Amino acid sequence: MTSSSPFTGRDLLCLRGGRLVFQDLDFTLAAGGCLTLVGPNGSGKSTLLRLMAGLLKPLRGTIAWDGVALAQDPEAHRARLHYVGHLDAVKASFTCREILSFWAGVRGVADRAAVDRALAAFAIDTIADVPGRFLSAGQRRRLSLARLVAAPAPLWLLDEPTVGLDRASVALLEGAIARHRADGGRVVLSTHIDLATPGGAVLDLAAFAPAEDDEDGAEDAA
Amino acid sequence: MHRFANPARFLKIANAVLPWAAGLSAVCFVAGLYLGLVASPPDYQQGDTVRIMYIHVPAAWMSMFTYSTMAVAAAAALVWKHPLAEVYAKAAAPLGAGFTALCLLTGSLWGAPMWGTWWVWDARLTSVLVLFFLYLGYMALVDAFDDPARGNKAGNILLLVGAVNVPIIKFSVEWWNTLHQPASVFRLGGPTIAASMLWPLLLMAVAFQSYFFAVVILRIRAGLAARRVQTLRLGQAG
Amino acid sequence: MLRLILRDLRLVLRQGSDATAALMFFVLCVVLFPFGVGPEPNVLMRIAPGVLLIAALLAALLSMERLFQGDFEDGSLELLLLSPLPAEGVAVAKVAAHWLVTGVPLMIVAPLLALLLRMPVDQLGLLVGTLALATPLLSLIGAVGAALTLGARRSGVLLPLLVLPLYIPVLIFAAAGLDAGLSGLSPRPHLLLLGGMLCGALVLAPLAIAAALRAAHE
Repeated sequence: MTSSSPFTGRDLLCLRGGRLVFQDLDFTLAAGGCLTLVGPNGSGKSTLLRLMAGLLKPLRGTIAWDGVALAQDPEAHRARLHYVGHLDAVKASFTCREILSFWAGVRGVADRAAVDRALAAFAIDTIADVPGRFLSAGQRRRLSLARLVAAPAPLWLLDEPTVGLDRASVALLEGAIARHRADGGRVVLSTHIDLATPGGAVLDLAAFAPAEDDEDGAEDAA
Repeated sequence: MHRFANPARFLKIANAVLPWAAGLSAVCFVAGLYLGLVASPPDYQQGDTVRIMYIHVPAAWMSMFTYSTMAVAAAAALVWKHPLAEVYAKAAAPLGAGFTALCLLTGSLWGAPMWGTWWVWDARLTSVLVLFFLYLGYMALVDAFDDPARGNKAGNILLLVGAVNVPIIKFSVEWWNTLHQPASVFRLGGPTIAASMLWPLLLMAVAFQSYFFAVVILRIRAGLAARRVQTLRLGQAG
Repeated sequence: MLRLILRDLRLVLRQGSDATAALMFFVLCVVLFPFGVGPEPNVLMRIAPGVLLIAALLAALLSMERLFQGDFEDGSLELLLLSPLPAEGVAVAKVAAHWLVTGVPLMIVAPLLALLLRMPVDQLGLLVGTLALATPLLSLIGAVGAALTLGARRSGVLLPLLVLPLYIPVLIFAAAGLDAGLSGLSPRPHLLLLGGMLCGALVLAPLAIAAALRAAHE
């Protein structure tokens, strides 16, 4: 996990629904690094995160981990990433613990203690046996974030992770990110609020937008 | 933009081919219809109703031809991400459905005097009917998404699934038909067909084929233009 | 993969599901036929295979629409596609879960309904055997349609339009097998063909489903 293999993107160009979202985009993320994506709505923050996750493919350019392009080994890449998107994947009839242990199990962690630690890390251990349908938006989001801690993976891709979180929970997230980075993990996140990421880099997507982008196009979530 | 480089080359060729295809189609239609409806002899058994064949048979050929080319285009679109292939499949679908409908309709009209009924659960008729449903399904699927790219991709996968299934359906329907052999089945296409009937048939086939090319080119042009308009509207000069 | 199947089964147990509704639909659908065609035993026995198969087919289709929908809407499907599991594995697991909660109950209930339709008792084994081959096929083919229509407008109407034509071969061979049994012939060739189709579908359908699921998340 503490390898120095860089996670890089080169010369990325992405087209969504016939519209050019960004072009000539480069990024590099070393172990322990953090990249915060900023930019107006529609500038492609979600799109870039989905490219990094391998859900989308760039029309031009390559994303590579340690020099190996994602397209060459998508399964290895999926095994090393966590993605937190707009949706929290919370089932109404399952308890927090069940949901979390399922997602940990999918990633090969069958350890009860790890799940309990993750629940505690985001202060949902008190509601661990509450079914998903009774959770508030903030609690759902925290449960979604707890996946990050339950099953370790070197790369975290977080799309607006702070939506619905109160100040205390944001602090928990900052702590989790800091610990993850101290262990050599990397984080890419997009956010609208100030999230403390000491020593992290900022990537302003507006700089890669094509010229004369005057549209009100909402950010592509789908 | 490189995305349009290929289509641009296509448009150049297409624009050159279009008048020829349209012209050929018109000439063959006139000649084929004249030979078929006026000059050719009536069938000794079926009389003048046999003339329906000159529409029916080429339509049946075209319905198969169109589906197979669409399936090939779908494979090309999925494997090589060829932008033109998708546009082709989308452009050809209504034509294929039209040919299939025409084939079913003329078949039914032909059946009424010959078999004494509008519809027979004959293996051929049934498989053409299923083919018609496959066309309708494809068109409905492609249109069902807000994001046209998503619709095209789903449509391409469906075309390939359909292409695997068409032979199975054809085989199963024939199998089923031999189990439930209807009382009176008339089978077209005896061992020989007189030259006086073959010529108009071939002419009509060429007419249908060139008509298909002409209209498909027009529809592809329209499809490409629509993409262009959308791109321009989104603030991206092409 | 096993974990995903178990989770889907638990989900069904917890919140009930379309599976129970599909089973009820199957029963009611079959029970309606005698009212439509009259209680004449010979007529009922003659149409029993077709009625049972068409009802089973429609019931499978009914529960199919929600197969991926729930996971698609709450983001679970996206996470599954991003998990180390291959997308084909996700597809197989979902289909297996669907078959376990719809296909297997149908196989259990079908003999009872067949008796209502005056099918001879010695044919019930054949009926269950035929359904054992046909229902996984229905689940596999239907899942392709369900994955393709994810996120579509009017997906409820669209799904039958896509899937029903593809169900025709299954219907033909399954019905032919049952008919052969009823008329004292060997159902073997029909069942072998069904089995062959099942093998083909087991290989090809997960590929198509996986491709469709990935396309739904682009």
